[in-house]
Amino acid sequence: MNQFLSFVRKEFCHIFRDVRTMLILLLMPIILVILFGYAISTEIRRSPVAVLDHRRDDVSFKRIEQFRGSEYFTLHTTTGNPAEIHDLFRKGEIKIALIFPADGEEAAILSDATNPNEATALTQYATAILASPLPGAGPFYPTLMQRGGGVKAEVSLLYNPQMKGSYNFVPGVMGLILILICAMMTSVGVVRERETGSMEVLLVSPLRPAYIILAKAAPYLLISIVNIATILLLSRFLLDVPIRGSVALLIAFSILYALVALCLGLFISTIADTQQAAMLISGVALMLPVVLLSGMIFPVENMPWILQRLSDVVPAKWYIAGVKDVMIKGLGYESILRETGILALMAIVLTAISIKRFNTRL
Amino acid sequence: MNSVVVQNISKAYGGVTALESVSLNVGGGELFGLIGPDGAGKTTLMRILATLLLPDTGSAKVCGLDVVTDWKDIRRGRIGYMPGRFSLYQDLTVEENIRFFASVFRTTMEKNYDLIRDIYVQIAPFRHRRAGRLSGGMKQKLALCCALIHRPDVLLLDEPTTGVDPVSRVELWDMLGRLKRQGVGILVSTPYMDEAARCDRIALMYSGRCLSAGEPGVICREAGASALYAVCSDNMYALLSDLRSYPGALSCYAFGREHHLRLKPGESDASLLTGWLCDKGHSGITVEPISVTIEDWFMDKIVQHNEQE
Amino acid sequence: MNRNDSPVIEADRLTKRFDSFTAVDGISFCVGAGEIFGFLGANGAGKTTAMRMLCGLSQPTSGRATVAGCDVYREQEEIKKHIGYMSQKFSLYADLRVWENIRLFGGIYGLSGKRLSGKTEELLDVLGLEGERNTLVSSLPLGWKQKLAFSVAIIHEPEIVFLDEPTGGVDPVARRRFWELIMDASARGITVFVTTHYMDEAEYCDRVSIMVDGRIEALDKPSVLRDACGVGTMDEVFRSLARRAKRSE
Repeated sequence: MNQFLSFVRKEFCHIFRDVRTMLILLLMPIILVILFGYAISTEIRRSPVAVLDHRRDDVSFKRIEQFRGSEYFTLHTTTGNPAEIHDLFRKGEIKIALIFPADGEEAAILSDATNPNEATALTQYATAILASPLPGAGPFYPTLMQRGGGVKAEVSLLYNPQMKGSYNFVPGVMGLILILICAMMTSVGVVRERETGSMEVLLVSPLRPAYIILAKAAPYLLISIVNIATILLLSRFLLDVPIRGSVALLIAFSILYALVALCLGLFISTIADTQQAAMLISGVALMLPVVLLSGMIFPVENMPWILQRLSDVVPAKWYIAGVKDVMIKGLGYESILRETGILALMAIVLTAISIKRFNTRL
Repeated sequence: MNSVVVQNISKAYGGVTALESVSLNVGGGELFGLIGPDGAGKTTLMRILATLLLPDTGSAKVCGLDVVTDWKDIRRGRIGYMPGRFSLYQDLTVEENIRFFASVFRTTMEKNYDLIRDIYVQIAPFRHRRAGRLSGGMKQKLALCCALIHRPDVLLLDEPTTGVDPVSRVELWDMLGRLKRQGVGILVSTPYMDEAARCDRIALMYSGRCLSAGEPGVICREAGASALYAVCSDNMYALLSDLRSYPGALSCYAFGREHHLRLKPGESDASLLTGWLCDKGHSGITVEPISVTIEDWFMDKIVQHNEQE
Repeated sequence: MNRNDSPVIEADRLTKRFDSFTAVDGISFCVGAGEIFGFLGANGAGKTTAMRMLCGLSQPTSGRATVAGCDVYREQEEIKKHIGYMSQKFSLYADLRVWENIRLFGGIYGLSGKRLSGKTEELLDVLGLEGERNTLVSSLPLGWKQKLAFSVAIIHEPEIVFLDEPTGGVDPVARRRFWELIMDASARGITVFVTTHYMDEAEYCDRVSIMVDGRIEALDKPSVLRDACGVGTMDEVFRSLARRAKRSE
């Protein structure tokens, strides 16, 4: 035990004495949360809108007021000249334009579809406003539904009524951070011992390889728990993302995922010869799948079959799904049994492979 | 009991021979030197003895334990191994390094302090300095402390003096001499020929082969078959090529302040040489018969070996 | 044995301080053209720092020095055109072939066209490496590698070549062959500035300086130094001087 503890102490020395790495480890989660929370937002706010108003009556004025009051839009111009609208689109000054014809019931929406996602969202918001009842009057433009069969659809958005992007990316960032810290740092740590030659001395000692591996991993596990706490606190109090389910369950589930990441790191350390190689493999082979295939940014359901199967072996996919269930939907442990099982299986398989591949010789 | 017994060990990496049928033994409490340049196979042999590599053929025993079958027992603190490059933790302090390796071997620094005291007192003033900021000689002393801290029966030191300045080298060899008297068997490798004299016995290695093994003095005496002369003149640069063109010369090499000239077998008479050099325009000529050094002998063997290849 | 009167390297109270630590403490010396100048010292005596300043890689704290007539403060880039450099640690690209290395370094040193290909052939011929021109450098024996590295370092016929422990780990025969190359270069007028841990090699130098704790404690012909210390070898000279060292960094 003493043997093991002094090894762990040594590992902490390595981490604490490398100030740069230390800062990266502790600041990376904070930076990522703030970056995703504020800068890289997929939500749409204050998009400039231009109105081509041929109608110029009480109805169109009221509609324009509605757009002016919406947080999604800012009114750029109101004009009677169609050429000006096209000019504004070309200059990129507006994303969307409303056209009220002089007569008739229809209104037209033009939008800049160079960014299709944005265009779709804006069109939806605009349609919703136009379909809403006018203050002090009945609906001016009947919705499609009403014209079709007189059924009025009432939409309610479950779990995330304000459609906040942070509800989606907080679990994603947790999945990313844990993989980065646990896998990358562990693999680099083990490979460094080999590169500097100290592994030779350790191998020739009575120290068990399992001890070496565990002692290498322990500090990073601890640091990742600190990181989980940081991310949860930031998202709760800075980004107003609620934690609806059990915090204990969330943390336990995160630790399981961190373990999988550690095992991945150990596995990488058995493949890589140099610290740079370990870093590169962790970066490319772990980070890209987490970003691209975990459902964090791009929905997995829309991917081709082959990519969907590929995403099944990305631990982050299961972790992110589980975190969403617990944190956002507030579900209990019964609902994440499948995710837990899969992650546990991954941890066992990776550990077995790493121990088998961990060379007790050079 | 012999500390190390090596019998016909061979090892190749992907078709390149690193060791070819090497045999040697190191007695208990003996200081044994593996002497040879880079690429001679010294490190491979050390690693095989440290159970870090498996030999292709042959067998080896350390402390009576087989390196292939009993490797686990050997790793239970029977050997102290110091790899060729500095292999301690640069970001830990001197004392932290020693304490760490003590605990790895389930012992404490205090328990075995008597064994490392001689060496430790020299680095003690820097015990709170990080190992990465020590000079080359200090680093090696620290590494030696760490390799000794669990009181091993046999020390395997792979090139402890490489890149270390001459003063620290002498100090390190003095330490090895004292350790030997405490009964530790020591196998040490070095590329410096002049260090051969510090060993009880040596093995000269070149290109994966052990060219000769024995006491340094005996090897030299056996090698003194053909005559060797130390020659000096006022123009040493010109002297070298002139000596090589001397009809009776077998070989000639620069050797510090003088040139060592080996005459062809049967050409034992160097009296003609002075006159011959005078004719070539040399002045201040001295020619002295000398006895063969390890380095002379080794160079002969290397030339022979390269000619056979 | 200054073969030429105008010095190629001139250092006057050259000093380098890092914070409170004085790595090089006011060293002064001259090296003449074609001289083999041995630059000895224990680990940490300040040799590497001094050499970096002379090669134009590091700015001195005070003092002055010129290398091939160029000032080490203002003309660092100019210095690099007049020197060759070789160290044990890095010299050639192991994953390139022999001729590729020669071409590469020849190109780096500003040779091109006919001159470069002429030099390449000449070098392969002198070293006896024609048969190995397509060999990867990684599979050459160490002794050959070092000889090739040296020849490449002087492919542009520089005025000075700096050699940092060029013979570490090389076998005794190859080590001597290497020194014969150094002596040939010196005979052609190239100044050689060399550090080594082999004290027998100090004897091959025209003059030797011994650094202790950042200062030059001795500087003269090997024979003069031996006589002054009353000992028979440079090894003893070195040890008697270096033992005085107080600092251990």
